[in-house]
Amino acid sequence: MLVRSPQAALQRLFDEVGTVDQIGIEERVAKFGTRSIKQTAKVWGLKTAVSMVDLTTLEGKDTPGKVASLCQKALAPHDPELGVPQVAAVCVYPAMVRHARRALGCDTAVRIASVATAFPSGQAPLKTRLAEVKAAVADGADEIDMVINRGAFLAGEFGEMQDEIAAVVQACGATTLKVILEVSELETFDNIRAASFLAMRVIRPGDFIKTSTGKTSLNATLGNNQVMLEAIRDFYLDTGVAIAMKPAGGIRTAKQALTFLVAVKETLGDAWLNNRRYRFGASSLLNDLVRQLEKEKTGAYQAPYYFSEAAESY
Amino acid sequence: MSRLPITKTPKVYVGGAFIRSESARVFPLKDASGEFFANIPQCTRKDLRNAVEAAAKAGPGWAKRTAYNRGQILYRLGEMIEARAGEMADAITLGGATPAAAAREVAATVERLIYYAGWTDKYEQVLGNVNPVAAPYFNFTVTEPMGIIGVIAPDEAPLLALISLIAPAITSGNTVVALASSTQPYPAILLGEMLATSDLPGGVVNLLTGFRKELISTFATHTHLRAISAVVNAEERKALALGAADSVKRTHLRKAEDKHDWLADSAQSLEAIRETLEFKTTWHPVGA
Repeated sequence: MLVRSPQAALQRLFDEVGTVDQIGIEERVAKFGTRSIKQTAKVWGLKTAVSMVDLTTLEGKDTPGKVASLCQKALAPHDPELGVPQVAAVCVYPAMVRHARRALGCDTAVRIASVATAFPSGQAPLKTRLAEVKAAVADGADEIDMVINRGAFLAGEFGEMQDEIAAVVQACGATTLKVILEVSELETFDNIRAASFLAMRVIRPGDFIKTSTGKTSLNATLGNNQVMLEAIRDFYLDTGVAIAMKPAGGIRTAKQALTFLVAVKETLGDAWLNNRRYRFGASSLLNDLVRQLEKEKTGAYQAPYYFSEAAESY
Repeated sequence: MSRLPITKTPKVYVGGAFIRSESARVFPLKDASGEFFANIPQCTRKDLRNAVEAAAKAGPGWAKRTAYNRGQILYRLGEMIEARAGEMADAITLGGATPAAAAREVAATVERLIYYAGWTDKYEQVLGNVNPVAAPYFNFTVTEPMGIIGVIAPDEAPLLALISLIAPAITSGNTVVALASSTQPYPAILLGEMLATSDLPGGVVNLLTGFRKELISTFATHTHLRAISAVVNAEERKALALGAADSVKRTHLRKAEDKHDWLADSAQSLEAIRETLEFKTTWHPVGA
């Protein structure tokens, strides 16, 4: 008898895209932190990480003034003498996009990313979510961070989930799309890999898949980052389409960021070690990266209070 | 029944945990007769950095404790040492001290802790002030702990001198990263075990063992250390003074060349507490 159940649908999907060896992944990522990264490579890594940061503020208490100061920090993270690059983007709520555009101007390499589609839950009618995307794009967003319909995925309604992503792709036009899987709600590595494939099949080359919203208990970890990197690798080897990756939430220290870069380097190679293919969604990470760069320059360990305070959470 | 000896691996007490050096390096410690005693962690600049991070985490919570509670905890640390006084005295005799001298040092250490335990809720009344000003303001000065204090202990009186430098700093709510004597590190290893059972929150006192020449420059330049309290020679004083000038930290450097009587009452004072305090003066308008 043919059974129509979420489990059966997931099983068919796993058969198609393959499953994940959880113990193997955890063993593998535990080794990434053991690489010895010496001075020149470390400075390169820290600067590269800065250039990959999506400097984020996603709070109910965000104000135009707060977003403007975030933008100033994005443009000039520190004393120019330190040679710190600009960050990749600022990431704000749709209502703040026009304020960010005003602060950054139009002639800037720093992009504006906006979370849309009823972030972080995504629990709004599709029409509303699409309208939000269009509004953000119209206000000047260069990138849209959408959340997938986790409910549809877990119910086995993959077609619905993919159709929604495709509709957002349409609404984006030329704007880059990042698809947030919200890994903590997908529960298993198998599900993360399967959801990654579903998303990658409907987005365009250069679009991103992203771990999480930063609004749940578990965010980006080396483990789920690795599952998604391997999904990107396998998808690239199958189709030749290069999808980009953005871990978000929970990456706060320079050391963590370097370890994530090791994972990228050893899984996808140098072609992904730039901010068109890899980003960090973070708010406080930038402070620690700059702090460590200052340490590398002066040789003296730095106190955190000499570097600007991060926006809370994320 | 004969059994194989169970020997202890000495570990340093950092962030409320007993750790090896991140470098995994150790150096051999010999007793007074030249016999191998144990391998002691040879801490590195990175261990020092990690200890400072631990101290930074513990600092706000410790400073927010009531003065009365800090006093209770310092007193309890004294109790913990008192209960293991014999073991501690043995550790001090490793360096060649006579049993009688070692016992005196342990007793004085306990006394010193009790002394500072008494000061925790009293120094503010003595050092704070209401200042007379010629304008309609209520003008007063209060003290605040500085933050993280670096301590470098001398080789003589390996326990008493170490405590004499640490205790006044934590009395007011500072946290400490201390480098124990290189030649007699074992009492500091034992002290860590007593700190761990003293109710002192992890990270308030962090003890490192290792070699001064490897760590002095990091003590000097680390900008997160707000002050250095140390007994050091001329060359080390210069390195600390230069680094401290760069990183804008206060220095209280006693000369290693001088003879210090750590047992004397003069080795404990309100002045020692004051050395790791900042003073804040407030002008508050009053109605005519």
